[in-house]
Amino acid sequence: MIDLSLAETHKGLKEKKFSSTELTQAYLDRIEKTDDKLNAYVTVTKEIALEAAGKADKEGKFKNPLAGIPMNLKDIICTAGIKTTACSKILENYIPPYDADVWARLKNAGAVLLGKANTDQFAMGSSSETSYFGVTKNPWDPERVAGGSSGGPAASVAADQCVFAIGTDTGGSIRQPASLCSCVGLKVSYGRVPRYGVISYASSFDTIGPVTKTVEDAAMVLNVIAGRSDNDSTTPDEPVPDYTKSLKTGLKGVKVGVPKEYFEGVEKETADAINQGIETLKKLGAKVVDVSLPLTRYAIPTYYLLVKSEASTNMARYDGIKYGHTTDDAKELLEIYMKSRAEGFGDEVKRTIMIGTYALSAGYYDAFYLKAAKVRALMKQEYEEVFKKVDVLAAPTSPFTAFRIGEKMDDPLAMYAADTLTVPAGICGLPGLSVPAGFDKNGLPIGMQILASQYKEENLFHVGHAFEQATEWHKKKPEL
Amino acid sequence: MKLSHDEVKHIAKLARLGLTDEEVEKFSTQLSDILSHAKMLEEVGTENVEPIAQITGLKNITFDDSKKDCAFTDELLKQSPQSVQDHMIKVKNVF
Repeated sequence: MIDLSLAETHKGLKEKKFSSTELTQAYLDRIEKTDDKLNAYVTVTKEIALEAAGKADKEGKFKNPLAGIPMNLKDIICTAGIKTTACSKILENYIPPYDADVWARLKNAGAVLLGKANTDQFAMGSSSETSYFGVTKNPWDPERVAGGSSGGPAASVAADQCVFAIGTDTGGSIRQPASLCSCVGLKVSYGRVPRYGVISYASSFDTIGPVTKTVEDAAMVLNVIAGRSDNDSTTPDEPVPDYTKSLKTGLKGVKVGVPKEYFEGVEKETADAINQGIETLKKLGAKVVDVSLPLTRYAIPTYYLLVKSEASTNMARYDGIKYGHTTDDAKELLEIYMKSRAEGFGDEVKRTIMIGTYALSAGYYDAFYLKAAKVRALMKQEYEEVFKKVDVLAAPTSPFTAFRIGEKMDDPLAMYAADTLTVPAGICGLPGLSVPAGFDKNGLPIGMQILASQYKEENLFHVGHAFEQATEWHKKKPEL
Repeated sequence: MKLSHDEVKHIAKLARLGLTDEEVEKFSTQLSDILSHAKMLEEVGTENVEPIAQITGLKNITFDDSKKDCAFTDELLKQSPQSVQDHMIKVKNVF
């Protein structure tokens, strides 16, 4: 039963083919058996899971599609009473007193928390290698990375260690690992899901979304977690439609744009797979047109200047005083700050703080931060123009398949380049979906990225579902 | 562009971040590379472009400016690794 999609699992629970307790136990066994190899989980909440499953069974109706469904949360999503570490030393023992909105909504729907999933430290990274608790390995090849920063959520979904997982995506952190692990990953429009209780990376970029086994599953989860919240003033009052209504199979009348810039510097096997995927969309009735987004080549520097700047201010709250790790080697206040942060942060977090502080400092603010904020405005316009002509864009998610552990760790610019095709959606606040679209000759997964304009998640579900129904890629499972 | 060790140390001080000598050396190279790469943005014409700091287009989201009780004040205070007295965190001397 652990290989079932969310829709199938929900049906099974409703028809009493299995109980939530049996299901939850099966997933806990699977985690116990496979996680030594993968390191997808940093905390397993066995008792809490079995208690929630028992409660769902006792109630017995499974009216909500998420009732009794075992899942996990990336470990930067606050869970009251359960350790939330951001996979860092500075928050190694942090137990938040409150729930993130996204978890409160899931819990209220009856979801069963299996545990907290691994991530790059404070979500800063593209490989999960910066986690204080060690790298998450790719289920398709354990010598390679699962991607990041939501490597734990993606690897756990691919390896059937949960029905679905919740990750966060600032510049690709859901879509890229979903692509590298062969699952479905949804980045929502900025503001679609409230950020309250999710440990901040870059506040004008961060989004929260599901990693799932099918496109339908992603729509089912979004139905529960989307919508404005009083706790987050950046959630607009946009209506939340029933996203499962947009899961149609034909693509007649749908216009798909193919941005040529998204194929520059992309590995040939990846480009071939995506071109083949675009042919499939054509066969389904979509009208495919070439489009151009020339500012795409400036996306990476624009992204890291803005994100690292926002992050450097967000990280100021970790001061060794209010919460988290503090040094035991300080005589005065300044030393507490300097040493607690030196001891508590990993390499990429320090690099982030340094770049951000530099870009925001007097004398460099105009040349770096402000310049990037202007390019961001231009990029937003460029995408708005293109979405006047097409309903969605189709492109690769990642320029390459899963890379070897350690390969890019000493070269930050090479690591940042892994996000080349995913950062534009972060910069412009757009929704994006990665769906399984093939494998390279080494048997490593390739993902196709579908992008839409703000709050048009429905278009992603429509095109993604039609593509999935016409292909078999999502059915292939890694051998563990 | 190349960042000197002194510049790296200055930025680290502004950021309240202690660095070892090895880290100063490493960041001086890496930050120089990253900021040099970022210079490519100079190719983009941005005259008369208004910068944006958010992406929703929302304006002036306000709430009542009134006192509200926090449900978990004590639990938040318990998070502090420093000593707490009378609902206040006691910190070390500034000098």
